[in-house]
Amino acid sequence: MSIDRNLIKDYAIRLGDDSVVLGHRLSEWCRNGPFLEEDLALTNVALDYIGRARMFYCYAAQLADDGSTEDSYAYLRDCRDYRNLLIYELPRGDFAFTMARQYLADEYNLAFTEALVGSADETLAAIADKAVKEGRYHLRRSLDWMLRLGDGTEESHDRLQRAVDDLWGYTAEFFAMDQLDQQMSDAGIGVDVAGLEAGWRERVSATLMDATLDVPKADWSVTGGREGIHTESLGHMLSDMQFMQRAYPGLKW
Amino acid sequence: MSHHMRLFEVFIRSRRGLDHKHVGSLHAEDPQQALEYARDIYTRRSEGISIWVVDSADIVASQETDCESFYDPHDDKPYRHASHYQLPDEVNNM
Repeated sequence: MSIDRNLIKDYAIRLGDDSVVLGHRLSEWCRNGPFLEEDLALTNVALDYIGRARMFYCYAAQLADDGSTEDSYAYLRDCRDYRNLLIYELPRGDFAFTMARQYLADEYNLAFTEALVGSADETLAAIADKAVKEGRYHLRRSLDWMLRLGDGTEESHDRLQRAVDDLWGYTAEFFAMDQLDQQMSDAGIGVDVAGLEAGWRERVSATLMDATLDVPKADWSVTGGREGIHTESLGHMLSDMQFMQRAYPGLKW
Repeated sequence: MSHHMRLFEVFIRSRRGLDHKHVGSLHAEDPQQALEYARDIYTRRSEGISIWVVDSADIVASQETDCESFYDPHDDKPYRHASHYQLPDEVNNM
């Protein structure tokens, strides 16, 4: 089946948006980490995500062939043009919130990229191949922190439980298929994300139990990121992230 | 938090066939976490292919006051050095 390259471009952009937004939220811990070692480790994960965003954006720019660049995608688009999942844009919160989000995202992203390795699109498959190796390490770290904090002190347990509860309604969006997801999945290029849900729930529930946490009830959910309908947090984040290019257009290092 | 954490010494083997070399130290809660932090702190720029972490408390170190009895007696024993031995051309890497 031949598919409009414009659609593949949109698909690459949304995956780039996911990566840059989560990467930026993680990068906010740089010099704010709980101790030096963890500060460096978190920043490494942030760099992995920002590197992944660059690869997706560069590929999108190549497909668009309209003068767009990785930088114009990251720094010159407004909130409504961003197509990232909402969970990634939420403020970093405390360390428990950051690690809970990271764990839920790592479980999802590893399964997602493992599936994307089989993409009929060679570039997306190659990006996924690199991401899988990074993702296995990310998951090893965040899983470890779930157990440490959940089964740690009363305070770390309560903070982590609160974080998981606050995040839970945002996880439904991981598995929501919109038209583009469906087209990409049908063409063998993208991932059938709905098919990842059962495995994700099983693994996450097992981890929460090991970490002595309750699995929250799925009694609320929020979506909208794939349509450009965001929480109030993304605008604040972008105003910070895009400040230099907005204030000094074309500025170079 | 960090004042409760254990100190570990980190050793990295840069490539196959070479020895692990001491590169520095770090704080962590346990050996497994120390290994992960060592990966993040000391191998970011492809410095290594193998890591050892050792609890710093397990290292027994010689002291400054040992110098006189440990090392000074070697000074007048030149026959222990291979300085008069002509190395054949065929031998590399000595």
